Amino acid sequence: MLNRAPRDPAALPRLLITVLALLLLWPGVNLSELDLAVLVDGDNTRAMGNFLAGFWPPAHDGEFLALLGRATLETLAIATAGMSLALLIALPAALLATRALSLSAVHRGGRPAWWAQLARWPVRGLLIFLRSVPEIVWALLFVRAVGLGPTAGVLAIAITYAGMLGKVYAEIFESVDARPTRALLEAGSSRLAAFAYGVLPNSAGEMLSYTVYRWECAIRASVVMGFVGAGGLGQQIDLSLRMFAGGEVASMLLTFLLLVLLADQLSRLLRARLT
Amino acid sequence: MRAGNLILFAALIAAVIASFLYLGIDLGALVAGDSLAQMGKYASGFLQPDFSATHLHAIGRGALETLAMSAIGTLLAALLGLALALPAAGRFGGLALHATRLLLNALRAIPELVWAALMVLAAGLGPNAGTLALALHTAGVLGRLFAEALENTPREPAEAIRESGGGRLVAFCYGTLPGVWPQLVAYTLYRWENNIRMASVLGFVGAGGLGQMLYMSLSLFQEAQAATVILAMLLLVLAVDALSGWARQRWVSG
Repeated sequence: MLNRAPRDPAALPRLLITVLALLLLWPGVNLSELDLAVLVDGDNTRAMGNFLAGFWPPAHDGEFLALLGRATLETLAIATAGMSLALLIALPAALLATRALSLSAVHRGGRPAWWAQLARWPVRGLLIFLRSVPEIVWALLFVRAVGLGPTAGVLAIAITYAGMLGKVYAEIFESVDARPTRALLEAGSSRLAAFAYGVLPNSAGEMLSYTVYRWECAIRASVVMGFVGAGGLGQQIDLSLRMFAGGEVASMLLTFLLLVLLADQLSRLLRARLT
Repeated sequence: MRAGNLILFAALIAAVIASFLYLGIDLGALVAGDSLAQMGKYASGFLQPDFSATHLHAIGRGALETLAMSAIGTLLAALLGLALALPAAGRFGGLALHATRLLLNALRAIPELVWAALMVLAAGLGPNAGTLALALHTAGVLGRLFAEALENTPREPAEAIRESGGGRLVAFCYGTLPGVWPQLVAYTLYRWENNIRMASVLGFVGAGGLGQMLYMSLSLFQEAQAATVILAMLLLVLAVDALSGWARQRWVSG
């Protein structure tokens, strides 16, 4: 029979690590003012319960449904318009940033000269900056600059997603087979022609599929951006929340879920079709 | 097939044009004469960030608050997610499986910012609301990922412990957990990176942290102060990315 070793030999170190982690996190609990008791506190639960009870039935009178339809269409339009503007910025930026079209790289086994890499840095830096600021911060900035409404949302999506698309496109260009492009460049074709006939045929599928995926993300983002006043479904959710109109919030959340589900299906269909 | 693609392409172009028409965005008006100069003036306000000691002190406090919100929120979410992942992985029968999956999907489907707005109503203004919002949404995400990890882990070690007379808890701790632990840590770290980004913007609906400072200073048209807050957000995100990248190398792939 095997010897029983009732104790876990690693128990002590594990216990010490856990205690240490708890000690490190303790100031965090204070800073985040964590107080789970508010959720079970009598007054709060009653207020929340009343509010949640209003969720059923979801609002469905004609006037509200018309408003809901308009807000949903606006959200879709913000995402689509924002994406198309983002494409307009991202494509040229990706062409400037990618190493795939480097002339100096042709004779150096795919590695551009140091000055060529340096010359690409401003564009790369710009793309990093565009995508590191969250889209909702851009939306807030644009709401202050161009006023409440969908324009701010469109511009915010265009800017953030240009940063993301530009970077990913540049990487896709670099990941496809470089030999056709190199052959074209060595034979003396212009860079744009080398791109159109060397890079694009191999990378179009991947680019399209990523763009459609980003469009799906843009729909979700445009709902969230409404909370700072950038139009669409989010702005209506925010308004109804402030008026404690539970039924309206419920039907808008349901619409949001439906929209995300539909966008998911549509993007899957488009991707299957295009690639 | 080709004709189909052509129609699809035409439909896409039409959708884009319809979007611009529906929103009535006049891009011409945005770049016409006066408004461009006005936007330039607004933007130039951001070029001189406010680095005065009092403001930096406030930002430090806001950054710590944001950091604490994201860390505590993610930790709570990991605990709640693990508790929900066990039934969602089918450990307690079919009914519990479907009920918890539905709950996880509902938690996950509602964005953090909507949770935050709801929690501000339930728990009042301040970082507590933000922490709870992050915990709820992330619990939905992590619960599903954890459940998948639990399903994919081999059952033999736990069964061996059970058959040699170990209790259920012991079998889970020493048979199942060691196998899934690296995955759990990796998912939690990944969500923490996401949550630090979210935590810095949840303040827009009044849930504390850097976001609330940014919202305030933009509402008061203090562009210089707002610029510093944005810089602090970027630094915070970069720092957390580096930290969690290091932790991942140390504990997950090591």
